[in-house]
This record gives sequence, C-alpha cells and structure tokens, in this order.
Amino acid sequence: MKNISNKIILIVIGLIISMAAIYSGCNQSKGTLSGNEAEQVYVAPGNYDDFYLFASGGFNGQIGVYGLPSGRHFKTISVFAQNPETGYGYSEETKEMLNTSYGFIPWDDAHHPELSMTDGIPDGRFIFINGNNTPRVAKIDLKEFETMEIIEIPNSAGNHASPFVTENTEYIIAATRFSVPIPQSDVPISSYKENFKGTMSFIKLDPKTEKMNLEFQIIVPGFDYDLAHAGKGPSHDWAFFTSYNSEQANSLLEINASKNDKDFIAAVNWKKAEQYFKEGKAKTYPAEYYRNYIDEKTHIAVSEKNNQVKVLDPKDCPGMIYYLPTPKSPHGVDVDPTGEYIVAGGKLATVIPVHSFKKMLKAIEEKQFDGEVGGIPILKYDAVVAGEVQNPGLGPLHTEFDGNGYAYTSAFISSEIVKWKLGTWEVVDRIPVYYSIGHLCIPGGDSKKPYGKYVIALNKITKDRYLPTGPEITQSAQLIDISGEKMKMLLDFPTVGEPHYAQAIPTELIMKNSKKFYPIEENFNPNAVKSEKDSRVERKGNEIHVYMTAMRSHFSPDNIEGIKLGDIVYFHVTNLEQDWDVPHGFTVKGNNNSELLIMPGQTRTITWIPKKTGIYPFYCTDFCSALHQEMQGYIRVSPANSNVELAFSLGK
Amino acid sequence: MKNKTKLYSLKLFLILMPIVLFTIVSCGNNDGQDPSKFSGTKKNDVANDISAFELENGFGPVKQKIELGPIDPKLVKQGQTIFETKCAACHKLDEKYVGPAQRDVIKRRTPEYILNFMLNPEENYQKHPEAKKMLAQYLTQMPNQNISIDEAKAVLDYFRKVAEEK
Repeated sequence: MKNISNKIILIVIGLIISMAAIYSGCNQSKGTLSGNEAEQVYVAPGNYDDFYLFASGGFNGQIGVYGLPSGRHFKTISVFAQNPETGYGYSEETKEMLNTSYGFIPWDDAHHPELSMTDGIPDGRFIFINGNNTPRVAKIDLKEFETMEIIEIPNSAGNHASPFVTENTEYIIAATRFSVPIPQSDVPISSYKENFKGTMSFIKLDPKTEKMNLEFQIIVPGFDYDLAHAGKGPSHDWAFFTSYNSEQANSLLEINASKNDKDFIAAVNWKKAEQYFKEGKAKTYPAEYYRNYIDEKTHIAVSEKNNQVKVLDPKDCPGMIYYLPTPKSPHGVDVDPTGEYIVAGGKLATVIPVHSFKKMLKAIEEKQFDGEVGGIPILKYDAVVAGEVQNPGLGPLHTEFDGNGYAYTSAFISSEIVKWKLGTWEVVDRIPVYYSIGHLCIPGGDSKKPYGKYVIALNKITKDRYLPTGPEITQSAQLIDISGEKMKMLLDFPTVGEPHYAQAIPTELIMKNSKKFYPIEENFNPNAVKSEKDSRVERKGNEIHVYMTAMRSHFSPDNIEGIKLGDIVYFHVTNLEQDWDVPHGFTVKGNNNSELLIMPGQTRTITWIPKKTGIYPFYCTDFCSALHQEMQGYIRVSPANSNVELAFSLGK
Repeated sequence: MKNKTKLYSLKLFLILMPIVLFTIVSCGNNDGQDPSKFSGTKKNDVANDISAFELENGFGPVKQKIELGPIDPKLVKQGQTIFETKCAACHKLDEKYVGPAQRDVIKRRTPEYILNFMLNPEENYQKHPEAKKMLAQYLTQMPNQNISIDEAKAVLDYFRKVAEEK
C-alpha cells in the first residue's frame, strides 16, 4: 500500500513539474523573446510587416521591396531596366522613360535608394536611386511604387556618389566616380591629369511641382568621387563626398590609386554654392541630357532634351568647398543624427576616422590649411578629426546610426558589423555576417531620427547559405536585432539583384497613401476608351489602332479582321475595372514585344507588326476571374493585297 | 493490488490532464500574437442569419428605407455616363449579356437593394440568397467598381428613367 501511494505521489509530482515547465516556457517566450528568433521574424498569415525595406537591385537596374521583419519580397519596381512582365520600357506610354543622350538604354546599374526627407526624417513621398553606368537619377513615387521621373546627368561618368538628399530634399546630390574630360573630348587617356575632371551635381526638387531640375554643377579635380551624404541640423548647409584616387591614376588603380596615405572628403557648402549660382558665378557649358517624366494627366512618358548646364568653378567661389584629409581610399561617408560627426569608411584603413563639423568650421575660420588642389583648400587632418575608432574590423565601408548614441559599421574583409559608441569611439560589440558585407541599413539610420530596431546586412557573397542553384547563387540580406546590448542574428533572406544600399521606413508612413486603382474619370490618355460602346478599330494608312477595353472577363472588340501584312498594329487597351488588385494582361501570339499589364483605370499601348498571314489569338495573361480562361479573342491577318474589309465585333 | 494502483493513476491522469491541456492551449493563445506587433485586421465574416430588411434590401451601407423623390434629369444624365463607363461592359438594357438586362431592374429589386448591390457586391454574393442565385445563373461575379453612394444614386435614377421609357 505504501508502495502504491508512493507511485501516486510520484505521478502527481511529475505532472505538476511538467505543468510548471510548460507554463514557465510560455512566460519566457512571451517576455524578452530571448532565444526565440523565429518568433521575432514571424508575421502571422494576414498580418503586416512593421517596415518596408527598399533594396537596390544593383545590376538588375530595379528596386526590390521587402517587408521587415519577415524578409518577404513584395514587389520589384522597374526603374532603369525594361520589364517584359509589365511592359515597362516596352509600352508606348513608358518607353520614353529610358531615353538618354546616347539613345534608348534598356538597363542600368542601380546602387543607392534614398528616401525623400522633411526636416531630416524620411517622409514617405519618394525614393530616389542612381543609374551608375549612364549617369541618371530616378524618382519613384511611393503612392504608386512607380518610376515617375528620370534625369540624366551630363559631365558625369559612373554616377556612384548619388543620389543623396539634403535635409528637406531641397537638392538631390550626385557626383562622378569616373573623371572624364569636361566637356567630353577625344584626348589620349594618358593625359588624365591634365584633362580629366570630376563634377558634383545639384538636382533641385521643385517644392511645388516636385519635378527635378539639374540646377548647377561644381567642377572638381579628377579624383574618383565615391559616396556622399548631406549634413543635418547644424550641418544642414553642407554636403560631404568621399574621394579616392587622389593620385589621379588612369590604369591599374588597385595599386596606383592606393599609394597616398590619405585621400579626401570634400565638404561642400551647398547654400553658398546656391548663392554663387544665383549671383551668376556659374559658366554655361554645352551639355546634352534628357529628363523623362510621366505626365500627370495622360500618364504617358515625355522626354525633354536639354542642351546646357551651369557649372561653378571653386576657383571663382571662395568658401564653397574644402577637402578633409581622410585615410585611406575612403568609401562611405555618413553623418550622425546630430549632424556633428562625419564618419568615413576607409577601405584600406585600420581605423575609422570621424571628423567633427564644429572643428571643421573652426579650422576654416582659422585657415588651418595644408595646401590646396584645384583652388580647393585642404584642411589639416588634426584640426578636423574628432576621433578614430580603433580595431573596427578589416575593410570598414559604411556606417549607420541607431539614435541611441551608437554607430554600426560594416567591415567587408572581416565580414562583420561592428558596433561602437559615438564620442568615446570604443567598440562595444561585433557580429559576424555571411559574407562580405557591403552596405548596411538601419531603418531611418542615416536620418535625424533612426528607428533603431534592426540592422540589415547587405552581403556581397552568399556561398553556402542557401540551397545551391548552379554557379549563380542568390544575393542576400540578413536581419539583426539591435534592440539589446548585444546584436542578435535573426534571419537570412534572399534579395532580387545585388542589394548595394537599402533604406527602410515604417509601414504606416507609406501604406495609408498607397493608391488602389486609377480613377477612370481621371484617365486623360488620348487613346483611352472609357466606355465599351466606344471601343473600335481604325485604320490610318498602314497603321491600325485598336481602341480596346478590358473588363472581367472579356475584351472589346474580341474579333478583328482586315489587318494586312505591312500594317503596324497599336493595341490601346483600357482596363475599365475600378477595383484594387484587378490588373488585366494583354498579349498576342508572335508579337516581338512584351506583354502589357494594365492597372485598373489605366490605358497602355503595345505595338505589333504581324509577319505572316493567318489567325492570331490574343488573351488576358493575369488571372482575373473565374472566367479568365474565356478572356480571349482572335485577329485575322490577310495578305497585303487582300480586300478583306476592316471589321471588329464582340459577341456577334 | 496492482490493478487498483493503475486505476488510481488513471483517475488522477483523467483529472489532471485537462488542466495540463488547458495550460498548453491558453499558452498558445496568449503567445500567438505579440500585441506590440503591427498587424492588420482581417475580416473573416461567415454567412449568418439574415434579417427581413436585409433579405429585401441586401447588405451594404443603405440600412433603412430611403424616400425617392421625383426623377432628377441631371442625375439621370450623370447616371447614364457612369453606367456606360463602369457597367455597360457587362450589362445591356434589353438583353441578357454578361450580366442580366437592366431596364427592368427597378421593377425586380428594391431601390435599396440596387444601391447596396452596386456598392457592396462581394458581401452580397457571400451572404444574400438572391445574389447567390444570380451567381449560379450568370457565373460571373459582378466586380466592385468603387462608385460613391451619390454616384450609385445617380445610376438608380437612370434605372428609374429607362424603366419608364418602355
């Protein structure tokens, strides 16, 4: 009997312990979440992420949109690259967006997304990004997530130090990576030192029309200008650009541009530059460049060609620009939330130099110069440096801030993020990343008010982190929790294209403004058909214009005859839907062109030049309704000399 | 003796197990959502009872009978424009097309039902027996064209007018 009660007692105790264990486990995961990374990145089905992340697509010329903390991919915004999936850059309404002074260019290399700011804080209106190869800056409207404007930058090559905005998006700044003869000319490459120059461009965003205009450029010595950031708060009037290759080498730069102990950060007083520009100090240079924009009313891209640009020379403009010596081939330049510290990432440096804005002003006042280059005074290093971060990891590149007095620097060679304290310059934490990190991003991390919850590592190499997919492996980002003292790795997620820089912003700043459809009443595309009864086909010489409507689940018209070989057929398709998430697709067999994806209320045009006689089906490509498979039609193509009458119908 | 022990244990187990289970379940519930996490509210309405008013007048923003004044020619014109842009791709006045002929709609349905159906087709397809019947017959669900209540009233006057014309 004793034996029995012992057994019973044991069972009871066992159950109590297991209950306690379950309960305490429950409490633990509900509390600090420590040790439960999965929960920190889990966004339950149907719930929303906390942040939008905009990551550059690098060599795909686009921007990838992701949610944080989940890392889910939502959209790829077409910017500099044609996209046959939507018809961007193929349709008559969008192809002008990719015009340049070199003709139509279907691609670029996009590196640095930059959110528009008001009072130094991202405001959710626009995101800008650079075209690196054929210098351009694009403006994407975050109501629509569509590229609305692209401006080409003349007198530039390798538009890498671009685009960065001033505190109230007064200007979008951009500078040349590759110096070239300005204006362009046919000279020996060996005449680099004599003939090659760099430029810094100041693109003004008109506060009313929100259009971009290349207001002026500053001509500077022929170094490679690498990255930039505008000042904020006390340094509001200033913008900072890193440079390397102060050796002015034109071959084997990995050796020849790594000789000098220090290169420069160029500090530009853009307010003063603006003043000189207004006083007429700028010279007019001939320069051919395009500005392309989506017309607000017609939603059709318009190309505008410009022929000259105003250029300021530092020699004529004292006090406008200074060089801050900075070791050694600096890459990133980042200004802390207070606007006082200017942090440089020297690719080959063993320390992170931090310049003080206050000291810089004082050094300028006291004329603590160490010579000059091209009319630009060089300030003494000791007179401007605030401190150096020792042992910051190998190959420090970029720095972002958490708003709590800490800075986070990416170290490419040692594959890590290093956390250090502003003011004391001591390293307080480091975390390995996988692998070879380039930029890093803290939501709002380059602004006056960082949100400081996460840092995202944007890695160059993925290697063994994912299932192999042949020689080419996905690009990748990593999400790291920075809310505690120690950084904590939470998530790997693949990105579309190479994520150079990325910026993130709280969802509520964007989603409340997100457009759901285009009101059909506001469609002023001259080829729009706003009622099915007006749908029709017209011949103008050898041009056939099909004014077509799309509505779940038919096109009107859907039977067309009388098209002849030698005709050019324009399909102007209007989507009459007025509901969210109901695009229609349009494609016709054998078209040497992309499909169309037409948003509700929008009109889009694709051209087709039929090459053989016969019957050609067309259909809706975007599954739109239960009878989507029924959304189809036929076109008859007859020989050039046929006498088949032009005819069109629906439901006959 | 041994059997008795087993019985005791079983009884205890039966008493304690629900408590343990409850602990697990309640833990799961509390834990599923971090209240600080931003999350969208998603509706998941399930068809339920239907009131007499809803049966006659559908589901939507119109929740009581409205008083119809004389037909307003200005509204008729506006309604016709809206109908031709946003409805005529699927509705004709006198013949069955993608959807039913519309000339006599005002005779078949109450004005409130017409307004509610134009403004809120999705919910009606889910809940209203008449709408379900129409879907079974026509197979295509009428899309929401996002017109305002004033625009819907203009279309209603257009329907009243065309009904008189024949």
